[in-house]
Amino acid sequence: MNSKTGDVGSVVLSAKRISKSFNGVQVLFSVDFDLRAGEIHALMGENGAGKSTLVKILSGFEQPTSGEILLDGRPVKLPPNGAAEALGIVIIHQEFNLAEHLTVTESLFLGREVTRFGVLDRKHMRSETRRVLDLLGSHIDENAMISSLSIADKQMVEIAKAISRDARIVFMDEPTAVLSREETNYLFKQVRKLRDLGTAFVFVSHKLDEVMELTDRVTVLRDGQWIKTSPTAILDGESIAQLMVGRELSKLFPAKSEPNVDEEIMLSVSGLSTGYVRDASFDVRKGEILGFSGMIGSGRTELMEAIAGLRSRASGEVTINGVPVSSGDVHAANRSGLAYMTKDRKAKGLLLGSRMTANLTLQSLDKHGQLGYLSPASEAAALERARRRFDIRVRDGNVVAGRMSGGNQQKLLLAKVMETEPDIIIIDEPTRGIDVGTKQQIYHFISALARDGRAIIVVSSEMPEVIGLCTRVAVMREGRIVGMLEGDEISEQEIMRYAAGLKKKTAA
Amino acid sequence: MSVNEETREIRRRSWRDVDLRAVAPFVALVLLLILGALVNPNFIGINNLANVATRSAFIAIIAIGATFVISSGDLDLSVGSMVAFVASLMILFMNSGVIADPALMLTAAMVLAVVAGCACGLANGLVTTVGRIEPFIATLGTMGIYRGLTTWLSQGGAITLRDPALQEMYRPAYFGSILGLPVPIAVILAVTCVAAFVLYRTRYGRHVVAVGSNSDVARYSGIPVNRVRTIAFVIQGLCVAIAVLLYVPRLGSTSATTGILWELQAITAVVVGGTALKGGAGRVWGTICGAFILELVGNIMLLSNFISEYLIGAIQGAIIIIAMLVQRSLVRKS
Repeated sequence: MNSKTGDVGSVVLSAKRISKSFNGVQVLFSVDFDLRAGEIHALMGENGAGKSTLVKILSGFEQPTSGEILLDGRPVKLPPNGAAEALGIVIIHQEFNLAEHLTVTESLFLGREVTRFGVLDRKHMRSETRRVLDLLGSHIDENAMISSLSIADKQMVEIAKAISRDARIVFMDEPTAVLSREETNYLFKQVRKLRDLGTAFVFVSHKLDEVMELTDRVTVLRDGQWIKTSPTAILDGESIAQLMVGRELSKLFPAKSEPNVDEEIMLSVSGLSTGYVRDASFDVRKGEILGFSGMIGSGRTELMEAIAGLRSRASGEVTINGVPVSSGDVHAANRSGLAYMTKDRKAKGLLLGSRMTANLTLQSLDKHGQLGYLSPASEAAALERARRRFDIRVRDGNVVAGRMSGGNQQKLLLAKVMETEPDIIIIDEPTRGIDVGTKQQIYHFISALARDGRAIIVVSSEMPEVIGLCTRVAVMREGRIVGMLEGDEISEQEIMRYAAGLKKKTAA
Repeated sequence: MSVNEETREIRRRSWRDVDLRAVAPFVALVLLLILGALVNPNFIGINNLANVATRSAFIAIIAIGATFVISSGDLDLSVGSMVAFVASLMILFMNSGVIADPALMLTAAMVLAVVAGCACGLANGLVTTVGRIEPFIATLGTMGIYRGLTTWLSQGGAITLRDPALQEMYRPAYFGSILGLPVPIAVILAVTCVAAFVLYRTRYGRHVVAVGSNSDVARYSGIPVNRVRTIAFVIQGLCVAIAVLLYVPRLGSTSATTGILWELQAITAVVVGGTALKGGAGRVWGTICGAFILELVGNIMLLSNFISEYLIGAIQGAIIIIAMLVQRSLVRKS
C-alpha cells in the first residue's frame, strides 16, 4: 500500500495494438486499452469476444503476438505465470486459488512467509494480516480456516492477498458470479474504498446492472476487436448491449424449417427444479430445434443434465415420447430415446486415450453382439458408417481420440451420441473450440437431424448459433427460464435483454 | 493416393504404432531367460521352467483378478488375507465331515471356496462403491478383517486337512498334470484366456476400461459405473478362490501367515505387466508375464549363488521401480 506511485487519474497500464493468435486463429485484432490509477474499468463483450485473452495478456499469463504493453508509460514485457505480481499486477480468478486447509494468515503469506532466525514469525504475519483486513473493513478472523469462510469472504481474502502484495492493478474476472446480492454489495464497497486509495481495477462481467453501478469507464470488445471505450455515466444498459452485439449473421446456417404447430410433443418438461434451476417448464416438438441461451452459469447445463437423468431433480416431471421418466435415471432416459451430448468433450465426452471405435460404440455396445460378446466386424462397420456420415477426417483409423483435432473430436462425439439412435437430442455447446468450417458442417448435421423428424435442443453461449439454427429460443438467467422467444423476436439484442435481466417474461 | 497405397500406408503406420509398453514386459522376460541361461545351464531346462511357472500360479491367478480391479481404477489390498481366509473356511469345512462321500465332500468344499471368494470380493466392492470409501482404505480395512478372522479360526496356529482319503483325492489338483502339462499351468492358461476374452471382447471389459480411464465419460455414456467396479472386485474374489483351490492340495494346511504380502506381489505383477496403476488400460497377458518375471528372478537368484536369496524382497522391490521408470520413458517417446 505504502509504495503506491502515480497520481489518481494517470495511466498506469496501457496496451497498444495488441494482437494475439492461437494456433493460427486470431482472437485479438490490434486492441488498444488503457487503465488509469484509481478507476474501475469494465471490460465487456460476448463470450468469445476476447476479454479473457486480453486480461491474460495484460497480466502476463499470455504473451501478445504483436503490439506492446506500457507500465507507467514504459514498455515492458510482463513475466509469465503470475510473476507479474511483483510489478503490482494481480489477477483474481473466478475459481479461487486458495488452499482450503490453510488459515487466512497462512494464505496471505503463502510463498513469502516472514521468518526470524529461520523460524516463522507468526505474530508479525498475523498482525500484518489484521492490518490489511481492517483496511478493507473486513471482520474476517485472521486465524480462520479458509474452508470455514463463505464464498464472499474467500473473495475478500483474495483481495486482501492482492493488497498485501502491494497490488496497484487488480483484474477481477466475473467476481460476482458466485456471490449473492448482499455479498456483491459488500464487495463493491471494498472495491470502491481501494479505488479511492488509487488502485486500478479491471472488472470483467456479464452483468450490465453491476457494470452500470460500479464502474467508471467501459471498454467493449466484439469478435476480438476494440469497439469503444467510454465513461460509464454516458451509457446505459441498452447501449452497451447494442455495442456488444450489433453484427450481421453470416451465411453459416442452413435454412430454418419450422415444425407444424400440431406436430407431436416429444419432450415435455414441467416444473423442474434442482439445487440451482427453478421451476423450468417447456415442450419440444418433433422436427423442432429449440435453443437455450443465457450467460455462463445461468443453469442451462444443470437443467439439461437433470432432464437426461445425469443429475437428480428436486421436483418436476420429465416426459419423453409420452413416457414419464423418473429422476436421476440415465438408462430410462436413454431407453425412452433421449440422448445428451456434453459440452465438455475432453473430460466427459471422449476417452482421449482410446481409439475411435472404442469411443464411438461406448454408449451403444448392446448393438454389437449378443450376451456381452462384441463383434469387431460390427464395430468396424459402425466406425466406417460414422466416418462417412459425419465426415470424420483422420488419416489413420487407429489414432487415439486425444490426438484428433477439436473439430474431428466433436464430430466423433456427435457420432457417438447418434449411435444410440435417439429421437430427442440435447446438444450442449455444439461448436465449442472448433474452426468455422467444421462449425458450418455441424450446423448442417443438426438441421438435417431435425428434418429427419428428431427433436433437438441446442444449448449455446454463442448467440449467432442460437439465432441461426433455432426456431424457438429459451433464455435462462440465474436458474430460471426468463424468456421464450419465437420468430422475429429472436435477435441478439432481445436475448441480451433477457439474459442480462433487463427484461422478464410477462406470461409463461 | 490410390486406395491400395493408402491401406499400405496405414498398415505401415500401425506397425510403428505398436505400443512399446505392451511389448516391454515380454522383452524383459526374454532378457531374463537369457540371463538365467548364462548363469546356470540347468536353468533353461524344461523341468526348471515348468517348476517356475507352477510356483508362480498363485500370484499369477490372483494378479489376473487384480488386473480387472486396477483397470477399473481401483485397488485391492485384501487379496493375501482373503487367500488365508477362504482356504481356512475350505479346510474347516472338509474337516467338519458333514458329507460322508469324499468326492461329494470335495466338490461341495470347492463350491464353498468359490462362493466365499466371490462374497469377500463383493464385500470389498460394496464398501468401496456404496460406502464411497477410497479403495485403498476400504481394502486395507477388509485386509485386517479377513486376516483377523483367519487368526481367530486357526486360534493362532495352523489349520490342517485331517482326512487322508480327501487329501489323497485332492492332491492331483496341484501335483497332477493334464496331457503332460502340470495342472497349475493349465489353470493359469485357462484363467488367462477367459480373462483376456472378457476384458478385450465383451461389453463388460469395454466398460471396465472406460470407467478406469475416465469415470465421468463412462457416466455420461450411461454406463453403470458402480456396478462395473463392484463386479471387478467380485472377479478378483473369484480369482482368489481359484488360487485357493490350487493352494489347499499343495500343503493341505493354512495358517494365520498364509498369503502375507501376496497383495503386493500381485500388484507388482500387474504393474510390471504394463497395466497403468491409475486405471484405464488392462493387459492380461502382460500380467501373467509379470508374475513369471517375479518368480524367475527368485529362481535365478537361487541358482546363481552371487546374491543371497534373502535379498529377494529387495530385488522385487527394485523391479517394480525399474518397470515404472521404463514405462514412463516409453510413454514419453511415443
